[in-house]
Amino acid sequence: MSVTTAEGMNEQAYKKESDYILEVKDLKKHFPIKAGFLQKTVGSIKAVDGLSFNVKRGETIGIVGESGCGKSTAGRTLIRLYEPTSGEIIFKGRNIAKMSEGELRRSVRKDIQMIFQDPYASLNPRKTLKAILTEPMITHSLYRPRERMEKLNELLEKVGFNPLFINRYPHEFSGGQRQRIGIARALALNPDLIIADEPVSALDVSIQAQIINLMEDLQEDFRLTYVFISHDLSVVRHISDRVGVMYLGKMMEFASKKDLYEDPLHPYTQALMSAVPVPKKKGVQARERIILKGDLPSPANPPQGCVFHTRCPAATEICSQMVPEYKELKKDHFVACHLY
Amino acid sequence: MTALLEVKNLKTYFKKKKVNIPAVDGVDLKINKGETVALVGESGSGKSITSLSIMRLIPSPPGEIVDGEILFDGKDIVKLTENDMCKIRGNDISMIFQEPMTSLNPVLTIGEQIIEVLMYHQKMSKSTARNRAIEMLELVGFSRAKALIDDYPHRLSGGMRQRVMIAIAMSCNPKLLIADEPTTALDVTIQAQILDLMKDLSKKSDTSILIITHDLGVVSEVADRVVVMYCGQVVEEASVDDLFDEPLHPYTTGLMGSIPSLDGDVERLYSIEGTVPPPEHFPVGCRFAPRCPHAFDRCRNEDPSLITIKGSRSVRCFLHGDKEATL
Repeated sequence: MSVTTAEGMNEQAYKKESDYILEVKDLKKHFPIKAGFLQKTVGSIKAVDGLSFNVKRGETIGIVGESGCGKSTAGRTLIRLYEPTSGEIIFKGRNIAKMSEGELRRSVRKDIQMIFQDPYASLNPRKTLKAILTEPMITHSLYRPRERMEKLNELLEKVGFNPLFINRYPHEFSGGQRQRIGIARALALNPDLIIADEPVSALDVSIQAQIINLMEDLQEDFRLTYVFISHDLSVVRHISDRVGVMYLGKMMEFASKKDLYEDPLHPYTQALMSAVPVPKKKGVQARERIILKGDLPSPANPPQGCVFHTRCPAATEICSQMVPEYKELKKDHFVACHLY
Repeated sequence: MTALLEVKNLKTYFKKKKVNIPAVDGVDLKINKGETVALVGESGSGKSITSLSIMRLIPSPPGEIVDGEILFDGKDIVKLTENDMCKIRGNDISMIFQEPMTSLNPVLTIGEQIIEVLMYHQKMSKSTARNRAIEMLELVGFSRAKALIDDYPHRLSGGMRQRVMIAIAMSCNPKLLIADEPTTALDVTIQAQILDLMKDLSKKSDTSILIITHDLGVVSEVADRVVVMYCGQVVEEASVDDLFDEPLHPYTTGLMGSIPSLDGDVERLYSIEGTVPPPEHFPVGCRFAPRCPHAFDRCRNEDPSLITIKGSRSVRCFLHGDKEATL
């Protein structure tokens, strides 16, 4: 059968590159802008415009950027909630960018799960906790009905919930508890990869710390791989192994956490880091602050050349004319900038 | 230094099904002229209700200031009539809100919204008000203020709208500016612009600022003094340097430990267990005791009072100042 041979080939490819669980190559997602009576396409919003990176099994990749930089769109495109415009998404050796919807559901969906930002909007208010957590198992025909309750209790214990709560509805829980439910739901199918889109942004700091610690524990227990999308540079530094910085749909810099935070190369990364207010510490000098002028340009009409040149303090003539190449400057340290 | 605003034992309660909910329960707060004070706490700590009480904007019913004084320039504004309060609001005390997207009127131009304030409070003619509005917009950093004044809010980005809000708030040269989470909805690079602007304006015009935030980074950036709130009470007050050097209350320590650092790694974040209790279920004794790692029997039975330590700072905790308390 053709399916088995395809699987066999993929198996080989997977073994060859077992280092990487996910490889993204030149991923693009453009949204059409429609106008007029006939709703003709008059342009496009380049929300994600040529993203390339890879994710090793068991690591956490952080993606940071300001609102409108395309980080959430990237996350959603990675799991095909949005159809990619072009590019490849290679998950466990198979390109899922072009896979049919049915094939996707049969073989990929349960391996990649997502945790959403808003714990209030991402749970169905008319379903009980039990229904929310068993639904994914039923959809994917996982476990026998009797085993499902067992699995459910195990999940609740993992995320620190009292099993007596299973008949309660989402409105009876606080924001932090709801985010725990969101995490338990993502874990229900034993996924390999979890895309977490701003999972702690809506939470108070003390609750945020609880959720981050929980996510780290679960990663160890289940050997999970995370793609952690956030605008909060300190949170990303804490949880990630490698970090990518996005601006206007493009990856500006991608490096290990240590390299990126201690020696940021791209002017945008430098400005972003300096803009974060940090609590004072005894004996530590206040840092030099780079204040960026103006706002993020519209992704419908991005600047020519380097997309950052309109706000860049180090911009030269070439920046407004040529798109800088995204290149590996040092080992595993990628930068897209004409300075280097 | 003279105090511009002095809040004494403020209690704002909400009535819900004949039960009194103590959202703000005995808060003392002092802001000197030209000083920036930060009010810090998680959601549900009563920090926004405190600021709304100062503005007398508590919806009533169900809310009511049941006790306490708010002395502004020596006058108790709790006792003022609504008409007198209107003269103070916008003129002497003005406020910036968290959501720049919803706090501007979408059907009026930016100019109209600034001019309205000036004509009402400063009794300016329309043309002088317009000139002053352009001046204000330039002051908050718009380079093409003349063109912008006739634009509608939807044409501006979040950061620009927040700057317009600041321009409106500052247009009557208020003595006190209350900023309720002014940068929470903004990106870090824009947040840096806005914080810079606020620091600049307070220096130039000697305005006192009460900034309400949950972000300790923002606090250390702008504030002179910090007031930490938990469950409707002040739990710690100190100058910004003292607080960050040596936080005294276990809640403050916990908050600081919960924040991941930008320039250093910790293996595991400290986390305060549990959640902020809702106001109808405040525990007996110290309100932080159920979540406190240092709690002992006395904490669960007795309500600690806010005591002054080292002359300049105060804390509400039995772990500190037993020696001073006996004095």
